[in-house]
Amino acid sequence: MDRTSKFSKVYLALVFIILYAPIFYLIFYSFNSGGTMSSFESFTWEHYAAVFSDTRLIMILINTIIIALLSALLSTVIGVIGAIGIMYLSTRKSRSTLLSLNNVLVVSPDVIIGASFLILFTMVGVKLGFASVLISHIAFSVPIVVIMVLPKLQEMSSTLIDAALDLGASKRDILTRVIIPYIKPGIFAGFFLALTYSLDDFAVTFFVTGNGFTTLSVEIYSMARAGITLTINALSGLIFIVTLLLVLGYYFVTNRPKNPLRSGGPK
Amino acid sequence: MQSSSKRTYYLIPYLAWMLLFVIAPIILVVYFSLFDLHGNFSFVNYQNFFTSVYLKLTLSSFWYALLITGFTLLIAYPTAYWLTKTKHKHLWLLLIIIPSWINLLLKTYAFIGIFGVFGPINAFLGMFGIDQQQILYTDFSFIFVSVYIFIPFMILPIFNSLDKMNPTLIDASRDLGASTWTTFTKVIFPLTINGVKSGIQAVFIPSLSLFMITRLIAGNKVITLGTAIEQQFLVTQNWGMGSTIAVFLILFMVIIMMLTGQKDKGVLLNGQNK
Repeated sequence: MDRTSKFSKVYLALVFIILYAPIFYLIFYSFNSGGTMSSFESFTWEHYAAVFSDTRLIMILINTIIIALLSALLSTVIGVIGAIGIMYLSTRKSRSTLLSLNNVLVVSPDVIIGASFLILFTMVGVKLGFASVLISHIAFSVPIVVIMVLPKLQEMSSTLIDAALDLGASKRDILTRVIIPYIKPGIFAGFFLALTYSLDDFAVTFFVTGNGFTTLSVEIYSMARAGITLTINALSGLIFIVTLLLVLGYYFVTNRPKNPLRSGGPK
Repeated sequence: MQSSSKRTYYLIPYLAWMLLFVIAPIILVVYFSLFDLHGNFSFVNYQNFFTSVYLKLTLSSFWYALLITGFTLLIAYPTAYWLTKTKHKHLWLLLIIIPSWINLLLKTYAFIGIFGVFGPINAFLGMFGIDQQQILYTDFSFIFVSVYIFIPFMILPIFNSLDKMNPTLIDASRDLGASTWTTFTKVIFPLTINGVKSGIQAVFIPSLSLFMITRLIAGNKVITLGTAIEQQFLVTQNWGMGSTIAVFLILFMVIIMMLTGQKDKGVLLNGQNK
């Protein structure tokens, strides 16, 4: 028993090392004054300076963030409305039909989503660029929000709504003062997931981006295809920190309602 | 009556989204697959798909996806199992998940350096007197990087199903004289099969359609269905053929979903066991 537990510890440690090694490898060489990822010469910040002095890269970064925030916001609105709509559909059959259609985009490979959206935008006549990227990011984030919000709605007791109706609340009151506050954790989770999906997406964006507009993922791809540039390493250092902050933020936001002090507060 | 029309009114943005971005794209892909390069209606793309070039490509894509899924499962299952045995298991799980939130491109890019001719792996091999190897642009590097990327996505569902399992079942099996291995094959694994299935779903379908890892790591040596679609759409500009491959990829996806579908049988059984 002791031997297996020792073995299990070694195994887990190995998996952790393998999962994190490439990331720290990237960040380590971002401080290398030599231009390669193989021999470390001396410590330098120059690659970080290069990132911040490259106005084109900064523009791409801003574009990526704007797309992520806007798409997360809009997909959260559509997704929440959709989830509430699905929840209060009268028949079970229409509910499950909508749900399976909802999940199509979640399981579809990125390449299919990208290719079919490319056809769609060309047919409809949307110019490839900011608009097409934003629309497709909204499109693939909506089902994720629905999936995050639905369980919260299902767990909400219908007596809450009955009570509100008995107390004379209007439909609007029920939505804004009963349902939305109750499903808030689900909404936050959906928003954060949509944000990370958008920031992370490469394949779909690659298809619908056209010539003039780029997001960070697509830019990294074209840089990486050209070979090793330590600017990418510096970028990954920055992205790692931002990701950590996002994960921690998400962790705290979704775990907050469990805090007894906080849940007593708003009253 | 009034309230039901109000509810449909609510659903409009969501239904519009569904119509435009779920139903319309699928119809468009099928529609485009029926046109040849010159815009004439024909089944020539389907004929092409059943030639040896595309059949070979499909088979090899499946073979790679199978290898990737197999290795991922082999590594992920013990990890998930032992993770559930640790103290603070949810914190450890979070730590496993964090790398999956780092941009995919960056992780792939790291391996261009790691597997490079002057990279750390070759330096390590050099210590044992092994000559520099070309690791990049081989099947090995492609499978390794893909497995690396998919591990967290396999661990998560398996961890969840292991976590839900009633631990007294294992005690019962031990009390009845089952060995550790028997307990695993007869009790633990069957009870977590749903987690394994969703893990396979989460890995197999994307590995059929990977294209940026093949481009960056396998240097165009490995061609998956995804690479072929990207090639047809963005390089050759033959949308008809690209759509045809996409139609088949969708079909494969549906088949895999049906094979790994959850019937909620396990949950019911668990309830009965109580």
